[in-house]
Amino acid sequence: MKAPDFEYVRVQSLAAALGQLGAGDDVSLLAGGQSLMASLNLRLSSPRRLIDISRIPEMAGIRLGSSSMSIGALTKHCEIESAPLVRQHLPLLAMAAPHIAHPAIRNRGTIGGSLALADPAAEWPACCLALDAVIEVASLRGVRRLAARDFFLGLYTTALESDEIITSVEFPVPSKGSRSGFSELARRHGDYAMVGLAAQGQWIAGRCMALKLVFFSVSDRPVLAHKAASLLISGEGLKAAQDALQQDIDFSGDDVCSSATRLHLAKVLLERVMIEMENHEVLLQGEGQAA
Amino acid sequence: MSATARISSPLHTIALNVNGTAVTSHVKARVHLIDYLREDLQLNGSHVGCEHGVCGACTVRVDGVAVRGCLMLAVQADGCHVETIEGLTEGGTISDLQEAFVSRNSLQCGFCTAGMLVTCTELLETNPQPSREEIRAAISGNYCRCTGYQAIVDAVDRVARERKAKRGVS
Repeated sequence: MKAPDFEYVRVQSLAAALGQLGAGDDVSLLAGGQSLMASLNLRLSSPRRLIDISRIPEMAGIRLGSSSMSIGALTKHCEIESAPLVRQHLPLLAMAAPHIAHPAIRNRGTIGGSLALADPAAEWPACCLALDAVIEVASLRGVRRLAARDFFLGLYTTALESDEIITSVEFPVPSKGSRSGFSELARRHGDYAMVGLAAQGQWIAGRCMALKLVFFSVSDRPVLAHKAASLLISGEGLKAAQDALQQDIDFSGDDVCSSATRLHLAKVLLERVMIEMENHEVLLQGEGQAA
Repeated sequence: MSATARISSPLHTIALNVNGTAVTSHVKARVHLIDYLREDLQLNGSHVGCEHGVCGACTVRVDGVAVRGCLMLAVQADGCHVETIEGLTEGGTISDLQEAFVSRNSLQCGFCTAGMLVTCTELLETNPQPSREEIRAAISGNYCRCTGYQAIVDAVDRVARERKAKRGVS
């Protein structure tokens, strides 16, 4: 189908975008457009006005600080996928990126757009939870910094107010000895995951000392599997952790996948990702250069 | 008032470069890039399929990278360099890929072919020697309902090898 009629305005700065957003209701922000355009063409949304923020230079780019990396909201999936800085310091993001849709979509879709949409099957929200990211949002009222765990509230629902724009995401750079794992199952490469898992952990002397397991496409939002992670840290073993997933997650069922199938697939992914993390040290910083 | 407003929905002036030619047009905001290319510029090589980014038939190049023509507004292409299958064909840079598609029967109805070629062009630029699995992953966003993909993978694989051999000689 074709998109309904709407007004269109392209802004060149964050200040101009915030001004537009504050000026009236029934407006949508257009960043990469890879979900919004589909939704317009399907007439699932019909805003009165689109504010095109895709060309605001100050909102794009990857910057490494002393202990964290900041990724501008308008940074495209393909830029995160190919950035050496990301591969070196935040390998989880580099592992997740190729799973996002298809190359032509990754060439335009943005990380800020993905977080704002909060699709429960999306990769970036899960990675943000696993990495303890902080999402920075701006409005005419000021700037707020929201922890990822407080940001995703439900199906396509976030803590973002209607006058706010995500400006950047800040990821603490994991320390030496950190390991990342990522996997998802889809019927076809690039399709929405039936179940996915983003994992970030800390190994010292071959022992797992800290672990975050974030499952996505299992419920109305990405979910931290606390109990399964704590069982793995305390050495109870994979089987115990797999059995605990049912307590950690209220698996949803739909016409793609029943809740029982999702639970089964989550167990499969947990095993795969844990084997990967146990066996493959992810090269970080100095270790990467030494190898 | 509302009827008038709908009819007089403002046109946006865009200036872009399409297949090497500077173009200035007046477009409605709601028109996506692929409708603009096909209907305003009569570049019918790219196809309109699903219009929600799934099938890949409308894949074109914008500023040197493959994008879905249905997931970008024409007004957003203001100032951009757009290349369609017509431009890629005239440039001659993918004639080997096109010949391989023909000789390996990598198309039947041809609906997916323009988008498939644009996707494979980018794959071979960014990864000149892809494995068959990598080729399959790259074209996973381009539906072909005729060939079963095997022949397309064969053609891309063959061109990658031939280009490598050529590079080795020169």
